[in-house]
This record gives sequence, structure tokens and C-alpha cells, in this order.
Amino acid sequence: MSGIPHDHYEPTSNGEKWLHRRLPVVGLLYDTLMIPTPKNLNWMWIWGIVLTFCLALQIITGIVLVMHYTPDVDLAFSSVEHIMRNVNGGHMLRYMHANGASLFFIAVYAHIFRGLYYGSYKAPREVTWIIGMLIYLLMMATAFMGYVLPWGQMSFWGATVITGLFGAIPFVGDTLQTFLLGGPAVDNATLTRFFSLHYLFPFLIAGLVILHIWAFHTTGNNNPTGVEVRRGSKEEAEKDTLPFWPYFVIKDLFALAVILAVFFAVVGFMPNYLGHPDNYIEANPLATPAHIVPEWYFLPFYAILRAFTSDVWVVIIAETLTGGIIDAKFFGVLAMFGAIAVMAAVPWLDTSNVRSGRYRPMFKWWFALLVVDFFALMWLGAMPAEEPYATFSLIASAYWFAYFLVILPLLGVIEKPLPQPATIEEDYKAHYAKNVGGTKTIVEPAE
Amino acid sequence: MSMIKKLTASALVAFGLSTSGALAAGATDTHIEDFDFSFEGPFGTYDVNQLQRGLQVYTEICSACHGLKFVPLRTLGDEGGPMLPEEQVIEYSKQYEVYDAELDDFREAVPTDHFPESNLETAPDLSLMAKKRAGFHGPYGLGINQFFKGIGGPEYIASLLVGYTGEEKEQAGVVFYENTAFPGGWIAMAPPLYGDDVEYADGHSTDLHHLSEDVSAFLMWTAEPKMMARKQAGFAGVIFLTILAVLLYLTNKRIWAPVKRRMKEEN
Repeated sequence: MSGIPHDHYEPTSNGEKWLHRRLPVVGLLYDTLMIPTPKNLNWMWIWGIVLTFCLALQIITGIVLVMHYTPDVDLAFSSVEHIMRNVNGGHMLRYMHANGASLFFIAVYAHIFRGLYYGSYKAPREVTWIIGMLIYLLMMATAFMGYVLPWGQMSFWGATVITGLFGAIPFVGDTLQTFLLGGPAVDNATLTRFFSLHYLFPFLIAGLVILHIWAFHTTGNNNPTGVEVRRGSKEEAEKDTLPFWPYFVIKDLFALAVILAVFFAVVGFMPNYLGHPDNYIEANPLATPAHIVPEWYFLPFYAILRAFTSDVWVVIIAETLTGGIIDAKFFGVLAMFGAIAVMAAVPWLDTSNVRSGRYRPMFKWWFALLVVDFFALMWLGAMPAEEPYATFSLIASAYWFAYFLVILPLLGVIEKPLPQPATIEEDYKAHYAKNVGGTKTIVEPAE
Repeated sequence: MSMIKKLTASALVAFGLSTSGALAAGATDTHIEDFDFSFEGPFGTYDVNQLQRGLQVYTEICSACHGLKFVPLRTLGDEGGPMLPEEQVIEYSKQYEVYDAELDDFREAVPTDHFPESNLETAPDLSLMAKKRAGFHGPYGLGINQFFKGIGGPEYIASLLVGYTGEEKEQAGVVFYENTAFPGGWIAMAPPLYGDDVEYADGHSTDLHHLSEDVSAFLMWTAEPKMMARKQAGFAGVIFLTILAVLLYLTNKRIWAPVKRRMKEEN
């Protein structure tokens, strides 16, 4: 499976040999678990396990919740209250599922930004990156439809606003929107199809996760230096790597336990902190809430959606050039999806041949600004659409696009990178050389 | 406004001309008092006596108009709630009339029924009121106040009940009452409590402040009846995972020790 030379599974007992000749599934598991992994992975490489755990958590709690939930406009809200009041442990299941979505997105954003900093998207890992982006898109669709199911005010009006985005597409928009909603407006048909798809998508995600893992097990993991593992011989490779089991499994599980302790504190002591109070009001098509705000994990892209109003010059130009086909609303939709598209295209936009941000003195600062920009957009997405937030949103959105479309392509040309270590082993040793000098040696558990 | 002008304008704002004033403009001018409830924080629990007093206020005053349609009457006897004895729950239920589809008629309620719906169409159901309102916001939309003070649903209800100024106005035939906690400042509900509206068996104070506090605590329970069980599960989870994390930390250290020793020796 892996391109890095290592020992493969050899069946020993007669039973193992019998099975191996017919279905080499134990060998597959062995090779997956024993994959040579760069020794120098830091704590930003733990999010994959956290994400896998989140997917399992969401599927398991979700399957049990479905046993008690009723997808019907007249019954959905009260069936959720039934889960909260009458189902044994139902309140914990629902709060874990709702907050599990937030943990899922915290982990996926950390995972994505780790990839962006250490250049994990660069050749030969473009396919891993693209599959990851598809997973992220499906996650957003799943989370959005899941939020509609409790049939509260934010569920209803969030669904109305977001499906309205598809209505902004020229020519086919109205038809598409009606198709998505199953009728002219958000109603029972919308709820039932969202319920069906909310159940389906996690399994598609699980399939893509297998491809994602397969892809990076083929190329090998990236690492904080961005330098590739030596593959000349097994001995050489072993100097740069350690098997995934037990070294990284235990390390990742330790990180997962710490994160879950925090997660349980949130679920146990402040389960509604990340939600919106309005969603405890049953959906009412006749009463629009004062502020329709999406969940926190959509806010950065929601801010980009709203930033491009009809008085912005790029919008005016687009509208004039296309004879009004691209109006402000459609421009906003294009910008929102474009913001994710430029991220997906980053393997081909980044021109630098140095992989890791650690050796890119200028890149570091622009990247730090991108992280700040992301949080700024998240904050702006929750603010009312008025000044000064509108202008701030425009600037922050502009930076998002500038980073991917202008800064990354240019940096590869003008930046003078720092010297990189020749091998992972060299970097790993140098790390310990630093620690050996002092009287008090600080040994981190797994760097 | 051109892009350049916008950029300049926002740059000026960003560099400290009038940031605070501009950002605060979005906030509402309502006043929510931070009542000190027994159930706040990770260690907070419901006060059974207070829940029973709150139930009394709800039954004698609020229930004239407002319903609690999501709350089963039997849960009044539940652990972590008002914990009424079984006979009392049966007795209490009898005062309500519920529609029975099988009889096609109204009958006396039994504990397995829910509280009735609101009697007045304009009176919102109170089952989830303590969770569908936020008393605290900000600063600047960051949610930090809610992190420290809680979301503030019960505080909002209590502040609303004590927040009448006594001013009235009539608009299109409807009387509105000025209220310092209600968004917009004018509410259609007449002041429901004045103080001494009920008589408590336990001799607890019945001034307006205490009545409001008690009924708000009761409504927090109707909104979140499993809060105590949830906090216990939270503690169990956090303690278990902390121990697990320590064990995994030590395991991890042990596994990596030979690798690190080798690295240092080679250096």
C-alpha cells in the first residue's frame, strides 16, 4: 500500500494462512496500522484521529436519535423535546450530537490550516487535498441539513436563506431552488428530503475518508519539515520514520482524551453556548427573526457572501459586463463558493518549491494574517449587515482571495527560502541537540 | 462609495477614531439584571423548595394565560425537579382539563398528560422560554459575557417580571406597558406580579423580586428538566477522560523514551 519500504504482513498460523490466501484483509489492516510515519510529526498532526472519532460519534449518536425523531413539520419540534425529556439519556445524546458538530468543525479547520501552513497540499499530495476539500463540502452540507431538522426558527429561516442562494443562479435558479425545497417554499417536503440526505451524507463522507487515508498512505505523510522520507532502502526509511502503531496511535489517543475532556465539559455544563436561542422557538413561516445567523462554522463564508453588495465596484463591473446576469446576489454566491474553490485549487496556486512554511520567512507572515482574517470573517459574519461591518467584511474577503490568487503565486517567485534540513532524521536530532545542552532537559512526550 | 473611499474610511475607523461607539451601536438598550440562581455554573443545582414555590406562582398566576405544552405533568415528581410526592402529582393534575381524542371530549388530566397549552393565543408557551431568550450578549458579538454569566434566559424572565416602570400607552386599541427588559421597551402583557400575589407555605418572602426569581427558576427547570443529570454526566465524563488522558500521557512517554534516548546518544 505504502510507497515507503517496510515489513509486510506474514501470516504465521494455519488459520491466518488460510484466510490470507482467500482475503488478505488482515494484511491490509496490518499495513495500514504499521505504516512508516515521520518521527517528527508535531501536535498539529493529531486532528485526523479527532476527525475520525467525530465522524463515528456523529454517526452513532445520530443513528440512535433517529430512532426517536419524527421528520414532519407538525411533529419534528415536539419529537426533539420528547428526546430531551422522555428518552433515557436522550438529552445527552442530542447535546453530544449538536456539540459534536462543533467539535467536528473545530478539528477540520485546525486540520485544513495545518495543511496550508506545512504545504501538505503540494505534490504529490494534491489528490489527498482535493478529497479532503470534498469531505469538507459534504460536512457543510450535512451540518446545514442537520440544523434544519429540529424545526426551530433558525432551522426554518436558515434553510430559507441558504436555499435562496441557489435561487440566485441565473436562468436555472428558480427551478433548482424548487427542486431542492420540494416545493415553492421550505415545508414538509424540504424537511423530509433534508432528513434523508442528512442520514446519507455521513456514509459518503466515510467512503471519502477511506480514499483520503488511502491517498496519503500512498504518498506517505507530510511532516513539519516538508522534507520527504528517504525511500532508498528499508534501513534508510527507518531512520526517518516509526510505525504508526504504537508510537502515533498512543500519542493521538492522548490528544483525543484531552480534547474530549474539554468536549464533555461543554456538553455537561454549557451545551447551548454554541447554539442560538431562537432555535428553541418552533418554526413559524409568518415570523422572521430579527437576525438570521448561521452556526459559527459557516460564519466566515457567510461574511464573504454578504460582503459583495451592489455598490461594490467589482460587482458593478460584473453586472455591467454580463448585462445584469451576474447581479449582487449571484456575485455573493459566486464569491462564497469561490472562497472554497480557491482553497481547493491551492496546490496549483502556490508556486514555491519549498513545502513547509517553517522555511519560508515571508510566507509565515502572510499565513498568520490569513488565520487572523479567517477569525475576523467569522466575527463579521455574526454582525448585522451595516457599517462599519460591511466595509470590514469587504476588506477581509478581499484578503482571503488575495492570499490564494495573488500572494501565494508571487511569493514563490520573490521569496528567498531558508535552508531546509537534508533529512527528517537530521531535523529530529537537531531538535534534541537543543534540549541536551541545558541543565534541565525538557522532554516533550512526542515531538 | 468607491472601493478606495471605503478602504480609507474603514482604515480610519480601524485605527481608533470611533471604534467603540460604532461597535456598540448594534446592542439593545434593555436592562437584564444578573440574578444569582442556585443552578448556575458547573456545580449549580436546582433548589427543590424554590422549584415548588415557582410552580405555585406559575399555577396561581401565569397559567391563567400561558401553557407548558411540552412538559409532562408526571415529571413534577422526577428527581432533579420539584419532586412532588406521587399523590400530590395526581392531585395537582386534576385541576387541568385536557382534550382526549378517544373520548372526543375533555376530561380531568392525569399525570401522564402534559400541562395544557396557552389559554390565550397571544400568550407564548413557557415550556422553553428560559432557553429561547438570551439575557446576555457581547461584547461586540463575541459571546464572552455568556461564557461567564450564562446565556441568561432565566435572568431575562426575572428581569422582565420586575422591569415594569408603570408607564402605559395605547396604540391601535392595544395597551402597551413600558418594560426595561423587553426589546423595544413596550410589552403587551400587563404586569402579572406586584408582590404578595401568592402565599408561600414555607414562609419565604413574597416580594416582587422573590416571586420573579422563583418562577424563573421553575421555568428553567421546565426548559431543561435533565440539567442535574446532565451535569453529573459531565463530571463523570471529565473525570474519566482526565484519568484516561494521564494514563495515555504516561504510556506515550514510556513508548517514546527509547527513541528519544537513542537520539540524544547519537548527538
